[in-house]
Parts: sequence; structure tokens; C-alpha cells
Amino acid sequence: MPIIEVKNLSKHFGAIAAIRDVSFEVEEGTIFGFLGPNGAGKTTTINILCTLINPTSGSAAIAGYDCTEDSSIVRKSIGIVFQDTTLDRDLTAYENLMLHAYLYNLKKSEMKDRIHDALHFVGLYDRKDDTIKKFSGGMKRRLEVARSMIHRPRILFLDEPTLGLDPQTRANLWEYIVDLPKKHNVTIFMTTHYMDEAEVCDRIAIIDRGSIIAGGTPEELKKTVGGDVIHIKTSDNTRARDELEQHFSLEVSEENGELYFTSSRGDACIPEIIQTLGKTVHSVRLQRPTLNDVFLNMTGKKIRDEKMSSSDTLKEDVRAYRRRFGRS
Amino acid sequence: MVEVNAIYVLVARELIKFFRERARLVSTLARPVIWLFLVGGGMSRLVTPGEGVSYMQFIFPGILGMTILFSSIFSSISIIWDKEFGLMKEILVAPVSRLSIVIGKALSGTIVSSIQSTIILMLFPLLGIKMGALSILYVLAIAFLLSFTISSLGIIIATFYESFESFSAIMNFIVMPMFFLSGAMYPVNKLPEILKYISQINPLTYGIDALKHAMFQSSSMVDFSLITDLFVLSVLSMIFVTIASFIFERKK
Ligand SMILES: Nc1ncnc2c1ncn2[C@@H]1O[C@H](COP(=O)(O)OP(=O)(O)OP(=O)(O)O)[C@@H](O)[C@H]1O
Ligand SMILES: [Mg+2]
Repeated sequence: MPIIEVKNLSKHFGAIAAIRDVSFEVEEGTIFGFLGPNGAGKTTTINILCTLINPTSGSAAIAGYDCTEDSSIVRKSIGIVFQDTTLDRDLTAYENLMLHAYLYNLKKSEMKDRIHDALHFVGLYDRKDDTIKKFSGGMKRRLEVARSMIHRPRILFLDEPTLGLDPQTRANLWEYIVDLPKKHNVTIFMTTHYMDEAEVCDRIAIIDRGSIIAGGTPEELKKTVGGDVIHIKTSDNTRARDELEQHFSLEVSEENGELYFTSSRGDACIPEIIQTLGKTVHSVRLQRPTLNDVFLNMTGKKIRDEKMSSSDTLKEDVRAYRRRFGRS
Repeated sequence: MVEVNAIYVLVARELIKFFRERARLVSTLARPVIWLFLVGGGMSRLVTPGEGVSYMQFIFPGILGMTILFSSIFSSISIIWDKEFGLMKEILVAPVSRLSIVIGKALSGTIVSSIQSTIILMLFPLLGIKMGALSILYVLAIAFLLSFTISSLGIIIATFYESFESFSAIMNFIVMPMFFLSGAMYPVNKLPEILKYISQINPLTYGIDALKHAMFQSSSMVDFSLITDLFVLSVLSMIFVTIASFIFERKK
């Protein structure tokens, strides 16, 4: 039996349909990635699964228990790292973990060890008596991941766990996270904007504007792109483009003075192309498809567009504002 | 179902924060002291309640009520801060009954408020009020009960607001009217008819009345019987706690 079962789930906020008819399943002990651009409905789905809000229609169940009807049973088996910090900034790191341990009714004899282990694990033991006010964004994130595992949940929800972290901290955190399923036999449900991070997932679902538009293993999804992407630079791009389209009946696009197209026979077609185009070729580059290409292919846009729409910028501003002043 | 551990840790959290923030302690204690000596001192030239009781003595139960009102409400509406800064989500996803969360929050406010009113109560010799050990205990017990009632009311108020911009609205439209229509500064039976009616649905009225019972022997100072006061406060507490946990139970 799958540990998470979501069937025809919809949630409306007034006139806005945050998610529409979403269905998926997650097997126990796997890492499941939920990918999508801003406002796609990722957080809304997590909020329903972790019993914070009720769906408008459809059902969500965890380990066979309905998230709406049996919320108190569901709460016992889940751990969550929310998108925005949920630490008490006036308490110390240690006190925050204590608060958690008491809320989850841990045995007194276990509390200290678990908390000490957790602090050591994320390398914050020597900062345990500092209040959260004095923590950087990365330290808070690490502490929250540690906190979410203290009560040994069966399922861990991570809503953009590495948002706003530097590459090194991100790498460290992932090292810790990918070990969890084997170490504690926990199932992970995560969302992320960073496509390279999604490579660690066993299965992925891509959600856009409230609906799931694709699902599968990272490999399966990459196959849907239709092969490798080949980039070519020539001295006369217009002519080269015509010839490629005629001889190989390919669909060729141009970006930054470079031609590119997808080919199912990747490396094998490179010699033929060079033969056809002759000396005009400056360089040829072959790229295996990434999840970013999958996303581009499915939605027609990059998951993290350089230019954010104004409402997204606003959202980022609000988050930055909260980070700066909210917890000062 | 009530989880003792969760209630304990919610109260402990509030106390840690309370003692860590000395400024809050000073500022919440300063308000009643200023009212007592500046307003009370000034008004005592104009008003004489009679029966050998000075105006400063007359308003002392009201000043205790004010201490309780402000610190209980302030403590409970910190829930709005918790929503804003996210900690409320951590509490709401925990496997803890919503009743325990409400009781934990209400007790947090009650204990903080009781500590503050105890400090204010110790001013009584300065005002020439005579109280024996037993009366002091009565006063403290009533202060505890009243703090619980007001704290649980504060939780209900907090559930209606999402951000702390609403703080001044709560202060101006709920807290200040509750204070002035409670018999703290003037006897309820001297109010105009309509205001008298409002004051009778104000829990603070009964709390301050009970404090007057415990502090003064003279019966002309009070509006209701002590039994009525205690009964109203206890029943209201239960109603408020029930409503609050019901609101918490209901999800968006
Ligand atoms: N409480 C709410 N009230 C009204 N609308 C909401 C609420 N929560 C979410 N929405 C709307 O639902 C949609 C999905 O939001 P959601 O937070 O689930 O997106 P997301 O995929 O998590 O995005 P992001 O990557 O920016 O975190 C958005 O259009 C959002 O404006
Ligand atoms: Mg989100």
C-alpha cells in the first residue's frame, strides 16, 4: 500500500483554484519530488497533507488515514520543514528543539539524547544556547531539518528546504537529507525550485497552475524530451539551419548565436552533421537532457525564469523583508 | 483529551520569554503604577467615595484588574505574532488536541498575569489599605481566576486577526472600553443605563467586584455578591475555552 495516497484533490481559495484534481501516490521509503513554478500549488498540497487545511474536494490519506477525518493520527506520523521558518526567534536552538520534543510527547529519557544527536548532526551543537535571532538563514534551515526528525516521523515533508541557501550549505543539507530514508526508514516528500536537486528523487511529479502535468522517475521524464540536445556554432547560422532542416528534417532553434536541436541518436549524428556543413562549423556540443529541459519542454518556460513576474518579485520582497525585520 | 506535556511546554515557553524580556515586565508594570498615582492622585481631590475609603484605595482593585486585563490580553494575542512568524504552524501540526493548545495558551497568560498582579498587590500598604494574610490569599486566588477568564477571551480575539497591525485596533476598541466599563474607575451603578448594561456583560466587571469583596469589608463598594462574581467568571472561562478550541479545530 502506498504511504501517501492523493485522489482528485482540489482546493479553492475564493475564486482561485490553488490545485485542481490532483492525484498521485508515494511508496514507502522513497524520495518523492514535487516540482513546479511559483504559485503552482505545491505548498497548498503540503498544507492539506499535513492537516493544516481541508481540501475543497477529493481525498488525501497518509498510511491509510484520511488527512481530514483522522488528522490527529496523521499528525503523529509526519514531520515538516515549512517553506517559511517556524522557529521561535526568542528561544535558543536547544529550547526550540525541547519545545518540539514536548509537543510530540517524547519520553524524558529519550529527549536529551535525540536533541544532542540532532544538533551534532547538523553541526549546530556549539550554538545550541544562542537565540534564533542570532542565526543565519542557513543555520535556521539546518536546525529546522534536524527538528523535523526528532520524533522519528514516517514521512518527512520538505517545502523548498534549501531556498536562499548558498551552494555549499545546500550540498551539505542534501547530503544529510538523502541519507535519511535508509537511516531512519523515512519517506520524503519534497518540493524544490532547483532542478539539479530533484535528481535525488526516486519519483517526480511536475505541477503547473494547480494541475499535475507529468510524472515518473527522473530518467523516464528525461526520455520524454526526445533525446540529447546538440548545440552548434557555425560561421553562417542561417545557411546551416536551412541545410540541417532539409537534410535531417529537424526542428532547429537559435539562441545566443548558437543553433540547437534535439536528437534521439545523440552522438551518432554528429559526424554526419559535420560532413554536411563542412568547414563552416566552429564547435559542436552535446548535452544530455536535464530536468530543466523536461520542465521547459512541458511548460514552455524555465522553472526559475530570470525575469520574475511582478507578483513573484513582490513575494520575494516580502520574504526578504520578513527575513530581515521579522526576526530581528 | 488533554496532553499535560504540551500544556507544560507552552507555559514554560511563555515564562522563559517573559523573564528574558525585562523591558516588557517593566512596561506592563509601569502602566498600572502610573494610573494609580497620577490619575488616582489627581482625582482624589475631586472624588470622595465615602465610608473612610480614599479614592486611591477605591480604585486599587480596579488597578489590579487593569494589570490583569493588559497582561492577560497581551499574552494571549501574542498568538497573532506566532501566526505571523510561523511558530503557530509548528504547534498546529503537532499531535496535540486543540483543547490542550488553548488551555496551554490560557494558562501561559494566567501565570504571567498573576505574577504581575502579585507585584502590584504588594503596593497596598503604601495606600493605607489593611489586609491580613487570608485576604491576600483571597485576592491572589481571584486574580488567578480573572486572569484565566481574560486570557481565554484574548485567545478568541486573537483568532480573528492575522497580523499585528491589528494590535492598536484591539487596544482601542476592545481593551480600553473593557477597562472603563468595568467599575475600575467609578462604580458601575453610577453609569448611564445603556453603559450599565454593557458593563454587565463585561467579565472584568465581575473580577473587579470580587477583588473589592476581598479587599474591603464595606458592602456599599460592591455591585454583586461574591458568589455571583465567582460563578460568572468560572462559567465564562469554560465557555471561552470551549469556543476557542472549537475555532482552532475548524480548519480553513
Ligand atoms: N491562504 C490563501 N488564500 C488565498 N490564496 C492562496 C492561499 N494560499 C495559496 N493561495 C494561492 O494558491 C496558489 C498556489 O499557492 P501555493 O502557495 O500552493 O504555491 P507554491 O507552488 O507553493 O508556490 P511557491 O513556489 O511560490 O511557494 C497561488 O495562486 C496562491 O496565490
Ligand atoms: Mg510554496
